[in-house]
Amino acid sequence: MAKKVGMEVSIAIAEMVKQANADVVAAYPITPQTHVVEHLAELVANGELDAQYIPVESEHSAMSACLGSAATGARTFTATAGQGLELMHEVLYVASSMQLPVIMTVINRALSAPLSVWSDHSDAMSVRDTGWIQIFVENGQEAVDNVLCAFRIGEDQRVLLPVMVHLDGFHLSHMIEPILLPEQKEVDKFLPKNDYPLPLDPAKPVSMGDFGPPVIYTETKWAQEVNLRASKEIILQCWDEFGKQFKRHYHPVECYHSEDADVLLLTMGSFSETASMAIDKMRKEGKSVGQLRLRLWRPFPFDEFRQAVKKAKTLIILDRALSFGGPGGPVCSEIRSALYDEESKPKVVSFVGGLGGRDITVEGFEEIINKGIEISQKGSEKEFEIFGVRE
Amino acid sequence: MTKAENEITWKDLEIGSIVTEPGNASQYRTGDWRSQKPIVDKDKCSKCTLCYIYCPEGCIEKDAEGYFEANLFYCKGCGICATECPKKAITMVEEEK
Repeated sequence: MAKKVGMEVSIAIAEMVKQANADVVAAYPITPQTHVVEHLAELVANGELDAQYIPVESEHSAMSACLGSAATGARTFTATAGQGLELMHEVLYVASSMQLPVIMTVINRALSAPLSVWSDHSDAMSVRDTGWIQIFVENGQEAVDNVLCAFRIGEDQRVLLPVMVHLDGFHLSHMIEPILLPEQKEVDKFLPKNDYPLPLDPAKPVSMGDFGPPVIYTETKWAQEVNLRASKEIILQCWDEFGKQFKRHYHPVECYHSEDADVLLLTMGSFSETASMAIDKMRKEGKSVGQLRLRLWRPFPFDEFRQAVKKAKTLIILDRALSFGGPGGPVCSEIRSALYDEESKPKVVSFVGGLGGRDITVEGFEEIINKGIEISQKGSEKEFEIFGVRE
Repeated sequence: MTKAENEITWKDLEIGSIVTEPGNASQYRTGDWRSQKPIVDKDKCSKCTLCYIYCPEGCIEKDAEGYFEANLFYCKGCGICATECPKKAITMVEEEK
């Protein structure tokens, strides 16, 4: 039986990495990710986790060390946040294009300047084109569960891709929550051994990250795109298997009272649960509202998403990131594009809010929904609404 | 790879475009980067080996008579051999179609 514990979410993530029996952790501490790697360092130092902990000098080095580690076939974990993810940026592309299954929790943090250690999704959105699988979670249990799933998905021979599990800094990473930690034998049953098919091995030499002249580069990129898109099926299978074994179920688009609702609110990450409370309240008042929570950001679940919004008249999207000088929210911009060719589609209204740790309350979400309905009826000259800014 | 490089499809690639054949860079024709090729005047050549030593591609080989000649499969036509030759025995000549 799984053990229910009251635990800080960051610590619980480290405990799950221990249960997954990671071989190598290479990480550089950065707020608000620190507790994850600090606890992993403790576990290694105490002999509770038989792994190599590499205390690198930067995030660029952390991800580079992870490449080398994953290339040998070692189970590899790291974690970062905000600026740390930005410093890793160029190496992220290398991990995905060399198909090295590095597993990373990104404790979402707003990007400087001004300096902010608090949460939004500007870091996550800036790496959306790096070819990683990106999963968003909303609470501690989901974080722990999806770290376990991330190892299984990334290391699957049909996938072999690095995976980011995104959780919001402080709002989630530093919360103490009741969490079901599985027993070791349950984890062992769910997670097969990492068996990377072409590891670095002097007896069977391989070269990774070679020169790719114009005659072959396009083929390599298309192979990468086909593989990332195809990974969705394996992700769904993994969540399905997880649900059967652990009785907790995950979907690329989580639907909350959305089937019969005229108005849908789409959120990602920890604010989703607060938004659900606003949905509950408004439904009690007789309003036809529902919610979608986008869990799988890459590969984008086009089919599931289009299915989920089929009957809705209005779709209100909250982005916690801003694409300066562009269409506003990056999530909304992709969703507008995903719906453009659909014959029947909801009106899409874009909100940007919750930047740099700014809270959005239940009342705040009610306001967003009501304003969104108004804009969908009357129209607006603006590309998007920014929520909560002081005029 | 048995296929010519311009016949390789995305499906032929190994995972992560990993190369599993050690040393297969020797199959890569760098000679087609060249716009000029080195021609050796054997009457002037003293077989001093400086061209062989300076060639950055390592593509100059000794022939049966002991003269040094560039392997045009690899020679990129940089002209360093011609510059370094103390006897001015090497001339860079435009490639013609």
